[in-house]
Amino acid sequence: MEAIKVQDIAVNDLPWRIEYDASRCTRCGSCVAGCTFHAIEFGVRRQSMTVSKENTPMPEHTQVAVTVVKQSSDLKNACRGCGMCERVCPNDAIRPVRNPDSRKTLLSRDNGPIKRGGRTNLNAQRTLDKIIVGRISQMTDPSLDAARHTFDIRAPFGRVLSAKELPFTLSGGQLKMKKRVPPVKWIYPLIFSDMSIGALSTRAWEAIALATAYLNEKCGLPVMMSSGEGGMPVKLLESKYLKYFIIQIASGHFGWNRIIKAMPHMVTDPGGVLIKIGQGAKPGDGGLLPAEKVAEHVQAIRGVPKATLSSPPNHQGLYSIEESVQKMHLSLNAAFGFRVPVAIKCAASSTSVAVYNNLLRDPYKICGGFFLDGIQGGTGAANEVSLDHTGHPVVSKIRDCYLAAVKQGLQGQIPLFGGGGIGMTGNAAADAFKMICLGANGVFVGKILIQLLGCVGNENGRCNACNTGKCPTGICTQDPRLVKRLDVDRGAQKIVDYVLTFDQEMRKLMAPIGNSSLPVGRSDALVSTDKAIADKLGIQYVC
Amino acid sequence: MCRIGAVKSKVPIHPSKALHLMLPQQEGHDNSGFAMVMQDLFGIFSGYKDKPLLSLACTQQGAHLVEDYMDSHNFVQLAEWIPVPDKKPNLDIKAMPYYIFRNYDYPEHVDTKEAREELLLDTRLALRKILDDSGEGYVYSFWPDVLTLKEIGDPRDIATYFRLWDDNGCLVARNIIAQCRQNTNYDIVRYAAHPFFLQGYTLCANGENTFFTKNKEFQKSLHRGYIGYESDSQNFLYTLHYVLHELKWPINYYKHVITPLPFEELETREDKDVLLAIRQSLANLEINGPNTIIAGLPDGRMMTCCDSKKLRPVVLGGDDETVAISSEVCGLNEILPNRDTTKDIYPNEREVVMIGNDLEVTRWKQ
Repeated sequence: MEAIKVQDIAVNDLPWRIEYDASRCTRCGSCVAGCTFHAIEFGVRRQSMTVSKENTPMPEHTQVAVTVVKQSSDLKNACRGCGMCERVCPNDAIRPVRNPDSRKTLLSRDNGPIKRGGRTNLNAQRTLDKIIVGRISQMTDPSLDAARHTFDIRAPFGRVLSAKELPFTLSGGQLKMKKRVPPVKWIYPLIFSDMSIGALSTRAWEAIALATAYLNEKCGLPVMMSSGEGGMPVKLLESKYLKYFIIQIASGHFGWNRIIKAMPHMVTDPGGVLIKIGQGAKPGDGGLLPAEKVAEHVQAIRGVPKATLSSPPNHQGLYSIEESVQKMHLSLNAAFGFRVPVAIKCAASSTSVAVYNNLLRDPYKICGGFFLDGIQGGTGAANEVSLDHTGHPVVSKIRDCYLAAVKQGLQGQIPLFGGGGIGMTGNAAADAFKMICLGANGVFVGKILIQLLGCVGNENGRCNACNTGKCPTGICTQDPRLVKRLDVDRGAQKIVDYVLTFDQEMRKLMAPIGNSSLPVGRSDALVSTDKAIADKLGIQYVC
Repeated sequence: MCRIGAVKSKVPIHPSKALHLMLPQQEGHDNSGFAMVMQDLFGIFSGYKDKPLLSLACTQQGAHLVEDYMDSHNFVQLAEWIPVPDKKPNLDIKAMPYYIFRNYDYPEHVDTKEAREELLLDTRLALRKILDDSGEGYVYSFWPDVLTLKEIGDPRDIATYFRLWDDNGCLVARNIIAQCRQNTNYDIVRYAAHPFFLQGYTLCANGENTFFTKNKEFQKSLHRGYIGYESDSQNFLYTLHYVLHELKWPINYYKHVITPLPFEELETREDKDVLLAIRQSLANLEINGPNTIIAGLPDGRMMTCCDSKKLRPVVLGGDDETVAISSEVCGLNEILPNRDTTKDIYPNEREVVMIGNDLEVTRWKQ
C-alpha cells in the first residue's frame, strides 16, 4: 500500500474543485484552452467499462485508458472559480465548485505574503443594507413624480466658499462677482474611480473612458472618470474630452512625465486633479503593478522598464498635513492656473476626521474635495493581509466627517465623496443615495464598472486574480490574447445603460422623500433596523 | 397644512380683521391656536413707536424674573399694557396667568442702531433662557413697534379671552401677520406657532420643510439668534434674516437661496456666476419641500413667495386701503368682499410679490 504524503498538496486542499463529467465531455479542449490559470489539463484515466461490441448483446468487462480533464493540484495553478470552463463547454460537462474545506490560505505562504486582486473577502458586511429610506412624504407633503419633475442630481466638485467669503459687490441692486473664486464644477454624483492603465488592460480602460464620454456628450450626465495612477494616452490628454477626466497623481507619480509634456498642447483643462494619498483596499501601501502586467505600452505610458512597480506608501517629501496642502495642492492648482479643482483621496481611517478638519481649515481654500475610500474598495494587486485585515468601513467615517464639518458650520465647503463597496450588491443607486443622506456629496465606484465589463470576481473569493496578468475576462491583463475576450463597445454600452438606470433609480429614491435636489446630509430621511448602526450614525432606529 | 395670512392697511386695523381673514379657511386640525405679530402700532402704543416693546406670556414668578433682569440691565419701563381677560366659562384656551406688553427705554449708553438691534436680541434671548430654565413663561418679541401674541386653543375663544372682538381702538396696527394653527409635527408648544420674529423680521410659512435637518444643522452655527427649531418653519425666517440682515444682500436673492434655479436654467442666465456661487455656498439653506411664505420686513413691507414646485397655495388681493395675503381666497372674500378680484395675484413658483408701505404691489421672477 502506497504511503500517503500529507504534505503534498491535493485538489481537495484548493478553494475550488472542478466537477467534471467524463461521460458528457467530447474532449473538444475548449475548457483547457480557455483556462488562463492552467488549473485544468488533459490527462489519462484508467476506466473499468462493460462494453458490447457485437450486434447482439455480448457484454464484456474491460479496462480502458480514457482522456479526461483533470484539475491541477499545484497551488500556483489553483482554480480561481472564474467559471470560464463552464461558460465555454458545449455539453455542460465541467464547472468549478466551491470547496468549504480549502486549506489554500494556510498553505500558500511559502513564498511570502499572498497577493491577489479584488476586495476584502473578510469584511464585506453591508451596513448600507441595514439602512432604509424611511421618511416618505405621505399627506404632510406630497411625494414627487419621478418621471415628470425636474431633479437636480449634481454634486459640487471644488472648494466652496462660505457666503460671507464670496467676493460680491452691490451694483444697481444686483450682486456682482468682484474677483475669481475657487473653481467648482457641478458633476454627476457618481465618479468612475481611479483604475489605471496597467491595472486594467488598455481596452478595459478605453471602454470606461468611452462610456464616460458618451454619458457626457449624448446623455447630458456630467460623469467624471479618474485616470488612476499611471497617466493617460497622449491623444486623450490633447483632446477635448480631457475635461471629463480627473487626472490622478499618486505617490509613484507614474505617467506625469507625459502629462506635463502634454500640458502645452492641451486644448481644454482636465476635469480635476486627484491627489491619491491612499486607498481603502490596502491603506498604508502604495500602488502595486506586478511585472507580469507591465507590458510594452504600459512601459511607454509610465516611462518605466519591465519590472514590478511599487509606488511608495507616501508622497516623498511630505511630512505633514499642512505641508501637503501647501506644497501639493498649491502646485497642482497652480499647474492649471487655479482653474481646475484639486481633490485628495485618502483611505478611510480612524484619523479621517482629523484630516478633514485640517483640510477645512486650510487658509488657501485650495482643497476641492475629500475622497474617502473604505475597506471594501477594490484593487488590482495587494497583499491579502492588507485587503482583509486593514482599513476602515466608509459609511460611518463619511458620517463622522460630515458631522465634524457641521459642528464647525463648514458643511459643504469641501465636498465629500465616499467609495469602497458602493454597488457591491449591484444596487449602486441605493448605496449612493444613503451615503448622500448621511453627508456625502457623491460616491465613487470602480469594481462595479469592471463587473459590468464582464469581471466575474467577487468578495466571496471568486477569481480575485487581477494581479496575475491572467485575468480570464481580458479586463485586468495586458496579454493581447486575453484582452481580445473583451468587447469594448458592448462593455461601454453596459456601463452607460447601468448609469442611465442609476439616474432613474436616484429619482425613484428622491421622489418619495419629496426632494428635487440631492438631500445631502438629510439623515432624517433614513432609518435603520439595526440599533447599533442607528446609534452610531445618528438616525432613527426602527423595527 | 397651516393656513397663513397677513393684512397691510393704510389705516390701522384691529386683530379681528386678521381673525376674519383666517377663520373661513378652517379645515381639520386648523384653528387649534392663534398667533399674530402686529407691526406699526397705534392705539395705546402710539406714543412709544420708537421704544422697544416686550411681548411675553408668563406666571407671576416669571414676571418677577423678567423685571429683575430688565432692572439690572438698565432698561427703564415707560408703559405697560396687561390685557384684562374675559374669563367666560368653557373657553377653549390654555391661557398663561399673565400677558405683558411693556415699552422700555434703551439703556443710556446704547445709542447706535446696530448696538440697539444687538442689545434687543441679546435681551430677548436672555429672557427666554431665564423663562425656559424656570419654566415660568415665554417671551416672543422685544422690538420697537412690534407686538406678538400667541396662544393655544380655539382662535375664536382666544379672541374672546383677550377681548379682540371688541374693536375698542386699544390694540390696532397697520400690519398684522397671523396664523391659526399649532404645529403638528412636534410637541405643541407656544414657540412653535408662527409667525416667528427676529430683529424686525416676521415670518410665517405653511408647508413641510423637508430640508429641516440640513437647514437646522447649518443655521445653528450661523447666528446666535437662530435657536429653538420647535417648528421646521423657523428656518425660513432665519434664512430671510441671514440673507438680508447678515449678508446684506438685496431681497431678490432670498428666493434664489431658498429655491435655487435648476442648473439647466442657471446656465442660461447672465448672472449665472453669482447665482451658482450662491447656490453652492448656501446649499444648506435650500428649502426643498412644499411651502408658502409670508414675511414682514423691518421697514414694514410685506412679501410672499412659494416653493419651486408650487405645491402650496397663496393669493394676494386688496383695494386702495387694504391689501391682504391669504392661503386661500375665501379669507380675502371675507374681509375684502368688494375688491376687484380680477386683480388678485396668485404668485407662481418663481415669483416674489411685495407690498410696499404705500400698498403698491410689485412682483418679480427670480
